[in-house]
Amino acid sequence: MEILMALLIGILFMTATYLMLSKSLLRIIIGTGLLSHGAHLLLLTMGGLKRGAAPLLGEHAPSYVDPLPQALILTAIVISFGVTAFFLVVAYRAYQELGTDNMDRLRGKEGHE
Amino acid sequence: MSLLHLAVLSPLLLAILIPFLHKYFKNIHTGWFLLPLPAVLFAYFLQFISTTSHGGTVMETVAWISSLGINFTLKVDGLGLLFALLITGIGALVVLYSIYYLNPDKEKLNTFYVYLLLFMGAMLGVVLSDNLIVLYTFWELTSFSSFLLIGYWNHRERSRYGAQKSMLITVFGGLSMLGGILMLYIITGTFSISETIQMSNEVVNHPLFTATLILFLLGAFTKSAQFPFHIWLPDAMEAPTPVSAYLHSATMVKAGIYLVARMTPVFAHSGTWVWLVAGVGVLTLFWGSFSAVKQTDLKAILAFSTVSQLGMIMSLLGAGAAALHYGTIEDGYYIVAVTAAVFHLINHATFKGSLFMVTGIIDHETGTRDIRKLGGLMNFMPITFTLAIIGTFSMAGIPPFNGFLSKEMFFTGMLRVAEMDFFNMDTWGILFPIIAWSASVFTFLYSMMYVFKTFTGKYQPEKLEKKPHEAPIGMLISPVILASLVIIFGIFPNVLSHNIISPAMGSILPSLLENGEGFDVHISHWHGPTAELFMTIGVIAFGLLLYKFMPKWAGIYSKLPSRMSFNRFYDRGLELLELTSKNITKSYMTGFIRTYLVYIFSFFILALASTLIFKNAFQLDLSDVAPIRFFEVVLVLIMAVSAITILFAKSRLTSIILLGAVGYTVALFFVLFRAPDLALTQLVIETVSVALFLLAFYHLPQIRRNEERIRFRATNALISIAVGAIVTMIALSAHSNKTFGSISEYYVENTYKKAGGENMVNVILVDFRGFDTMFEIAVLGIAALGIFAMIKLRLTRGRELDENK
Repeated sequence: MEILMALLIGILFMTATYLMLSKSLLRIIIGTGLLSHGAHLLLLTMGGLKRGAAPLLGEHAPSYVDPLPQALILTAIVISFGVTAFFLVVAYRAYQELGTDNMDRLRGKEGHE
Repeated sequence: MSLLHLAVLSPLLLAILIPFLHKYFKNIHTGWFLLPLPAVLFAYFLQFISTTSHGGTVMETVAWISSLGINFTLKVDGLGLLFALLITGIGALVVLYSIYYLNPDKEKLNTFYVYLLLFMGAMLGVVLSDNLIVLYTFWELTSFSSFLLIGYWNHRERSRYGAQKSMLITVFGGLSMLGGILMLYIITGTFSISETIQMSNEVVNHPLFTATLILFLLGAFTKSAQFPFHIWLPDAMEAPTPVSAYLHSATMVKAGIYLVARMTPVFAHSGTWVWLVAGVGVLTLFWGSFSAVKQTDLKAILAFSTVSQLGMIMSLLGAGAAALHYGTIEDGYYIVAVTAAVFHLINHATFKGSLFMVTGIIDHETGTRDIRKLGGLMNFMPITFTLAIIGTFSMAGIPPFNGFLSKEMFFTGMLRVAEMDFFNMDTWGILFPIIAWSASVFTFLYSMMYVFKTFTGKYQPEKLEKKPHEAPIGMLISPVILASLVIIFGIFPNVLSHNIISPAMGSILPSLLENGEGFDVHISHWHGPTAELFMTIGVIAFGLLLYKFMPKWAGIYSKLPSRMSFNRFYDRGLELLELTSKNITKSYMTGFIRTYLVYIFSFFILALASTLIFKNAFQLDLSDVAPIRFFEVVLVLIMAVSAITILFAKSRLTSIILLGAVGYTVALFFVLFRAPDLALTQLVIETVSVALFLLAFYHLPQIRRNEERIRFRATNALISIAVGAIVTMIALSAHSNKTFGSISEYYVENTYKKAGGENMVNVILVDFRGFDTMFEIAVLGIAALGIFAMIKLRLTRGRELDENK
């Protein structure tokens, strides 16, 4: 299963990179979203995908899945959400003020190279 | 803190007071407050003669950075004292001269004297420091204060150009020297010059020796305006004339000479040193005197003459270093070169100082320094004329002035070089006396030009801005004193030999002396009909001939120098450097974020791929993998398909919805892999994110709403495929390389026992690793505040967005 997940994560990283290299600001943010999904899944996969109960002691199971990567991913999800939300608002403001979402046109002003 | 330290630092301390004195005593010329200091210092340093003339030294240490071996150690020996006397003595005369030269109503005297004091203190520090780092500190301070003084009239473009040029060249040399100092420290383990000299044998045999030597010489050559670094000196003539007299003839340009003399006991056992110092010196000598002849500005003539004379001293020091080859004073056939170097050092300071002051007087009284406009001033300025005669005749090497004596000894030294049978001198060594002799002819020529084109010939009043008349008496005092010294040292050279020259030589060639012994220096006018005498006669005869027929042959100058000018090389080089760096920066700083991302990703790919390949890091171990189940495969396929479809989506709406699909699939993965909290959070957050994306999408400007697919680009595709492949490979290798188990057993065991909870993930978040959570809350808080501020703050609306405009 880990092999399959590694391939999937590779695909996610590939698409994220391709989107980040495009011209549209919105696509770049979509790319970052895919990138964080990839990273979160990578954390989960590297923690091991062994069988076991959910990390709840009430289950009284003989073995549990590793709780630590889950805590790390939870933190990462919240942080990436905060950043994505902020980015999106920045992009929205940029649309409002500058009237474009084309990265090639967002190059500062003439003579300020 | 000894009196000696106070003496070295006193100019710097007085520099602090000068602005106040200038402000509160407006009626008195600020220079008068300065004048006592160098005079008192001169008297103070004179006392040391009784010590040094017997080979003694005075050493005083104040701890500075002892842990690094850097202490403010001052040492007065023969060489240091000679320079200290020159600095303070000529310093006093220059200050006196500047009082009459600078107009207190027109010039900013406070800055001028602050800079001059900074320079004086720095120079004293250079020549008296026994610690190389302290020496370097003062060395850079001389470069810096010289920069300020050259650019004193900073409203003139030429002044700023000259100041920048001298700064660039001398600081380049200074930094090279710092490299040399550090290498020397690596070899010897000490910054102390005295201790380094003791270890000279180890230095010479060390593999770093040649590099150290060259770095030191770069420092010395740039400071002392040696070929080809001499180009800054003529441009430094934009400084006020007292500065030119002080810095660019008598003191700062001799700092390099001082360094060479000081380091001679360390480096001079090698042939490289002898060849480099003597060779560059003699080349500078010739080039300087050759170039001086074509100048029409009096200060430019003197500048090139200074270059040439410095080359002469340098070549003598190089030739004299050969004396160390034998190691005893009896075989010291070559010592005469060092005697000549020290003697000419003094002579040059006296006559060149007075000549600069004479130039300043001419400039001051006529309004020009151009020899084409000057002429026939003899009758108007008889005293100045006399001073000029003394100075130039001494410079040309005519008896009975002191220049004659040092020139004779110079020829002797050069003839000895040709006779050397070691360091391969027998091959090209014969060139030394030949070049030296022809350079002396040119020296004679420009000396005669200087005095006769200015003071004799046709008087041209229509070309002069002022009606010339004799200078005020105050302005004449300093050059008169210097010119008298020229005559005194010329007629009675031996007043110097025992007290000054011999101890200075003792510092340059210490290994030749037994304990308590001193060099027996005796300079005589007449030593029979020797080769040197005939060479001098030849110089005068040939020089007169060239002077007489000058209009006939001066045409060669218009052909040669423009092609062979190092100024052009410097200017072009600087221009090219700026242009090239601008072009290089422009070529990769495109301003497109895509380009920078390409750089970042490419580096990521290259660094990781090469590590994977060259370290043989890729591994695949299938023993520890979980079994594959149907559900998971379906989810993997859904996710892969939706992620890839985003790339081909025509509209942005499709891509946002596909991103949402990926997010919800991730949540389903969390369900499958037994992570309920993650699944919850992921579902909620994905929903909010998609809503936000839709918001941003909705507000797209109308104009550019042409919905199009991403244009395909091969580089982008290649880079992204490589990134994906590398991440997969690293994930696989990392998974196959687990070396130890998880620490999670601890959490499983203690979540209830110690923390009183049953949900392990939540307990880790708020109990075991609560700090993470606290700052994650801070991140959310900051993001919320930031979003609020972004939307609410509208400071730029209706105004220019660019604050700089």
